Amino acid sequence: MLKIGVPSKGRLMEKTFDWFEARGVTMRKTGNEREYSGEVQGVSGVELVLLSAGEIPRELAAGRIHLGVTGSDLVRDKLADWEGQVAELAPLGFGHADLIIAVPACWIDVDSIDDLDAAAAAFRAAHGFRLRIATKYHRLVREYLTEQGVADYQLVDSQGATEGTVKNLTAEAIADITSTGETLRANHLKVLADGPIHQSQATLYASRGADWVAAAGPMAALAAKLGLAVPAL
Amino acid sequence: MTSPAIRAEAERLFAAFAAAGAQPVETDILQPAGTLLDLYGEDIRARAYVTADPLDGEMMMRPDFTVPVVQAHMASKAEEPARYSYMGEVFRKQDHLGARAREYLQVGFEIFDGSNPAQADAEVFALFSGLLAGLPLRPVTGDIGILMAAVRGLDTTDRRKAALLRHIWRPKRFRALLDRYAGRAPVPVARAQLLEKLAQGAPDALIAQAGPVIGLRSEDDIAARAAALLEDAAVKPIAAPEAALLYDLLGLQAPAKAALDHLRGITPLLPAIAPAVDRFAARLEALAARGIAVETLPFEASLGRTSMEYYDGFTFVFLGPQGQPSVASGGRYDALTARLGAGRSIPAVGGIIRPHMVADLRGATPC
Repeated sequence: MLKIGVPSKGRLMEKTFDWFEARGVTMRKTGNEREYSGEVQGVSGVELVLLSAGEIPRELAAGRIHLGVTGSDLVRDKLADWEGQVAELAPLGFGHADLIIAVPACWIDVDSIDDLDAAAAAFRAAHGFRLRIATKYHRLVREYLTEQGVADYQLVDSQGATEGTVKNLTAEAIADITSTGETLRANHLKVLADGPIHQSQATLYASRGADWVAAAGPMAALAAKLGLAVPAL
Repeated sequence: MTSPAIRAEAERLFAAFAAAGAQPVETDILQPAGTLLDLYGEDIRARAYVTADPLDGEMMMRPDFTVPVVQAHMASKAEEPARYSYMGEVFRKQDHLGARAREYLQVGFEIFDGSNPAQADAEVFALFSGLLAGLPLRPVTGDIGILMAAVRGLDTTDRRKAALLRHIWRPKRFRALLDRYAGRAPVPVARAQLLEKLAQGAPDALIAQAGPVIGLRSEDDIAARAAALLEDAAVKPIAAPEAALLYDLLGLQAPAKAALDHLRGITPLLPAIAPAVDRFAARLEALAARGIAVETLPFEASLGRTSMEYYDGFTFVFLGPQGQPSVASGGRYDALTARLGAGRSIPAVGGIIRPHMVADLRGATPC
C-alpha cells in the first residue's frame, strides 16, 4: 500500500484533486463533508491521507506517508537538510506565493537587503536591541540573512497577522509569504527590492525514509499515470 | 559518544594544561541565551541547541567555553595574570545529515595576561603544538589585528571604516562593501534609484509622501540615515593603490617569516599597520624562541574570519583530514573581555582541542 498525504481542506485540496484528476487519478473525500477520509480511484493500492498542509513535511520526514503534496516553503522551512529527507517529484503549478522581507513604506532610506543591514546597525545603536523581524519561517529567513551577511537583527515568532506586528510595535520588519501584496500595502509595508527569499508553490514530494518495498508496485503504476519517472530513493 | 579512549585523551590534555600552570574551571552547561545572541547574533541559533527555562527564559546548551570562562574571570576578583583550563562537553546543532558530532568533549586553555601578548600567544601555540606533535596535522596561523589596523588606517570616512570593521567576520559582505567603497563595483541600481529619490526633497516630506510612520524606528532615525546615504554618495572612492594593498592583504598566504617580510615591505605604503606588524614580528620571535619553525609555519591573513568567532589578533588552527572541523583552534580575543567585562578588560588568548579527533587520529577509536 502506498500512502499519499494531501492537504485536508480549501483551495489547496481542490487544486490538488484537480491536478491528479487531469492525469486520470481520481481523489475524493468520502463520508460526511466534515469527515477527513478519502479514497483514490484509477490506480490500485494507493491510500489517501488527508492532513494539514503544515504537517505533511513532518509526516514525509518520518516516513509515515510515501508521497505528499504541500508548499515548497513549508518543506524547506520545517525540514533540516530537506533534500536528504524528501525528493521533489513535480511542481504542481498552483499555490504560488513568495517569501519576502517587508519594511514600513515610510522607510525612505531602505530599499535593499544592504540598506536593511545598515539600518539594523543604526537601530541597535540607537535603541539598544537588535532590529526585530517577525516571521514564522525561521529557518529560511535565518539562512538567507546569514548567507547575505546581515547582522544586528533578531527573528521574533509570529504565527499569524504578521503584517500587523510593525504597527503594534512588536517588530520593525517582517518576513512572510505574499501573492498579491495587497495585505502588505494595506498595512503600510513595502517589499525589499532584492527579490524573494523563496518562490513557493504546491509540490509533490516523495519520502526518502518511508518503506518503499511494499509500495513499489503502486508507485510504478502511479508514476506511469502521472508521467513521472520512478524516483531513486 | 565519548569512549574510554577519548576520555583518556581528554584527561591527558587536561593534565598537561594543569602542568602548564592553569587553574581548572567549571561552567554551567545551560547558558543564558541572551549573552550569546548579543555576541553572535541570530546565526548562533543555527549552531546551538536552544531550550527554555520556566523562570530564566531562553537558554542554550554550551556551544563553547570561552564566553562563560571570560565571564567567570571578569566577575571574580581573580588576580592577573591568570591561566585557566577546562574539560567538558559542548553541543553543536548539525543541520545536515552526516557524521559530524553534536556533542563532544572540548579541552581548553586560556591566558588572561596583558604584560606581554606576544609571549602569551607563543605560549599557547607552542603548548598546543607540543601536545599534538606526531599527529598528521597542518597548523595554520593568522592575525585579524593586521587586517583591522589596515581598515582603520584607510583614507576614507569613519562611517565607511566602521561598516567594514562591523563585517570583518562576514567576508562576503565585507568584500561587497570594499568593492563599492573602492569604486570596483558599480553602485547597485536600487541604491542609485534611492539616492535619486532622496535628492528630490527634504526627508520629512518624502517620508510623509511614502506613508504613515509606523513602528519603533522613528522619523529621526530614517532622516538621519537618508542624510548619511547622501553624504556617503559624495565621498570619493578609496584610492586604487590603497585598495590594492587591502585586497593583497586579504589574500595573503605565505610561510610566516616570508609573510612578515612581505608586510614589512608594504608598511611604508600603509603606515597604520606598523604597530600590528610589530606585534606580529614579536610573536614570531617568541614562537621561534620556543622552537617553532617560523620559516615554514603557514600564515593566512584572513584565517579566523569565517568561523563566527570573536578573534581580533593572533589566530591558529590545527587541521586534520580534509572536510572535517579543525582538531584544535584558538586565538586572541582582547575585545571580547571588554564586552563581557562590564567596564573591565584584559588582553586574553587561548584555544581548544577536540580530544575525540585526536583519539581518532591516534587510531585508538573508530569515529
